[in-house]
Amino acid sequence: MKHVIIGAGPSGVVAAEQIRKLNTKASITIIGDEPEAPYSRMAIPYHLIGDIEEKGTHLRHAKGHFKTLNIDVRNARVEAVDSTNKTVSLNNGADVSYDKLLIASGSRPNAPSIPGIDQAGVHSCWTLEDARAIAALAKPGAKVIQIGAGFIACIILEALARRDVDLTVVEMEDRMVPRMMDNVAGNMIQDWCVEKNINVFSNGQVMEIVKVDGDHTFKVKVKTPTGETELDADLVISATGVSPCVDFLADSGIEIDTGIIINKNMETNVPDIYASGDVAQGKDFCTGEYAVQAIQPTATEHGVIVAQNMVGRKGAECGGTINMNVLDTMGLISCSFGLWQGVEGGESSTLVEKDKWRYINLQFEDDVLVGGTAIGMTQHIGVMRGLIQSETSLGKWKDRLLENPLQIMDAYLASTHTAAIR
Amino acid sequence: MQMSLVIDANKCTGCLQCEMACSYEGEGVFNPTKSRIKIFPFHDEGIFVPYTCTQCDEAWCMHACPVEAIVINKATGAKEIVNDLCVGCKVCTIACPFGTVNYNADSGKVIKCDLCGGDPECAKACPTDAITYQDANWTGYDKMKDYAAKAVPAS
Ligand SMILES: Cc1cc2nc3c(=O)[nH]c(=O)nc-3n(C[C@H](O)[C@H](O)[C@H](O)COP(=O)(O)OP(=O)(O)OC[C@H]3O[C@@H](n4cnc5c(N)ncnc54)[C@H](O)[C@@H]3O)c2cc1C
Ligand code: SF4
Ligand code: SF4
Repeated sequence: MKHVIIGAGPSGVVAAEQIRKLNTKASITIIGDEPEAPYSRMAIPYHLIGDIEEKGTHLRHAKGHFKTLNIDVRNARVEAVDSTNKTVSLNNGADVSYDKLLIASGSRPNAPSIPGIDQAGVHSCWTLEDARAIAALAKPGAKVIQIGAGFIACIILEALARRDVDLTVVEMEDRMVPRMMDNVAGNMIQDWCVEKNINVFSNGQVMEIVKVDGDHTFKVKVKTPTGETELDADLVISATGVSPCVDFLADSGIEIDTGIIINKNMETNVPDIYASGDVAQGKDFCTGEYAVQAIQPTATEHGVIVAQNMVGRKGAECGGTINMNVLDTMGLISCSFGLWQGVEGGESSTLVEKDKWRYINLQFEDDVLVGGTAIGMTQHIGVMRGLIQSETSLGKWKDRLLENPLQIMDAYLASTHTAAIR
Repeated sequence: MQMSLVIDANKCTGCLQCEMACSYEGEGVFNPTKSRIKIFPFHDEGIFVPYTCTQCDEAWCMHACPVEAIVINKATGAKEIVNDLCVGCKVCTIACPFGTVNYNADSGKVIKCDLCGGDPECAKACPTDAITYQDANWTGYDKMKDYAAKAVPAS
């Protein structure tokens, strides 16, 4: 059996290793187009901070790891998939045949249509190559403008701030991390950033990036609710969201909506072709709908399950992944899970302690937790995921949580562990 | 033979000897807040629940880690944090549905139970056998696994 995997990110690598675990004889090939050892994008910020060397971002560290597992890792770009003849064609002219194909090509940054976005000195922060360019320009004191304050943008922001640059963030929406944090939380994070001397323009828009001669490389025109201003910049970082890498699948017959549509067995509409990770539009556990989540835990959980399906294990279905994130914004730690926005007809429980930089919000449907947000909490936060995914009936503990959401761990233990306290 | 921590909440008196022993072994201080095993008191009901990682088979934490900073100890089966590799991204702390990996702001890394390399201090410190380290085939382990299965259906 010949397994071919497109993409050497976390999803593709986990899938390859799991296939090997289940089948010692299968042929496994990973084809990745980045000229690096398989690495995690997620680790890039820690490299920018200087906590780790470049090789610290690598997914696996043992010398000859993939060779030992007899996984063939090739550096090439897949240009087309021919599902009739079961081959993929590479940019180096070679064709590779497959019995089972996994598309784990991930996503890539959106390019906002801003005049001047396409020039040296304006970068995304998505690949190791981007990181090298950013590291060269983000020197202490440099003026850096970041477009976007979403989840990934906030992680980069932390790394930049730690490099002692003079940082300005421009976000189109009304608060930071609008798709991960509710109003209270987003604003709390913004206040925290402002306290840490980061200029934040929410409801702002970058209109144009103009290269100039002088002390700084660019003049950046920014529209804010109070008018237009012009800011100096040595480096502009574009972080306005990502989209699945599917360009090479035109004419492949594979059904694509926002991402590649997969079924419970993670197979596409074309037999023997599977998709996982950032590129896949898989089932969301909470909504029951199919969505692109583009997060690390989903990429790796997909990798584990898709491998079981590729080797033909029966009953290896993906019941749905949970949208969840954890963010460290210069020491302020926040996280959100599932349907943190709440559901119609549901109830919620909130505690805000602005002076302590602490916040927790829980969302219920009947007596089941369906979502949650927390700031300033780092202990046992995973139980929010546990409660959501197990759809545990909280019984009397729901009322206690409505009174005091901080009792979440007690509620979890009582509802899942010990009959006596239920 | 794989051994595992077996917890019997009914025997726990809440003396916190396990937390003391764990924090000393793991962090070099007698400080329950640094312990990887936690006792949760339910005062109204008069019950104490010792709680830590069950070294679950799914190992959600390990798979989610972007830099292979969580590895299986082949001898004990424990999922262990490799401090030198951990970047402190905290993804494991949300991926573990049991909430048993926690971020330690002092070190900027995460901590979790590692079974002390096969000789868990908590079990040795427990005066009432509420925590024991036993052959994993013992039915109590299945019971713990049942709890785990209940908390998260295999996806
Ligand atoms: C700075 C940064 C911080 C992040 N922080 C977090 C975080 O804290 N938490 C979190 O959950 N997520 C985070 N993410 C997102 C996370 O990294 C992704 O969800 C994860 O990498 C997805 O894994 P994947 O394997 O699906 O895709 P990817 O990691 O994108 O890997 C796909 C690979 O396939 C390659 N490829 C694409 N097309 C082709 C082709 N035609 N031929 C060959 N190869 C191809 C790509 O170049 C890439 O190397 C972060 C991302 C970034 C950039
Ligand atoms: S920390 Fe959580 S996910 Fe990791 S082995 Fe323990 S119980 Fe499993
Ligand atoms: S916090 Fe450390 S151990 Fe946990 S996922 Fe991140 S790098 Fe891995």
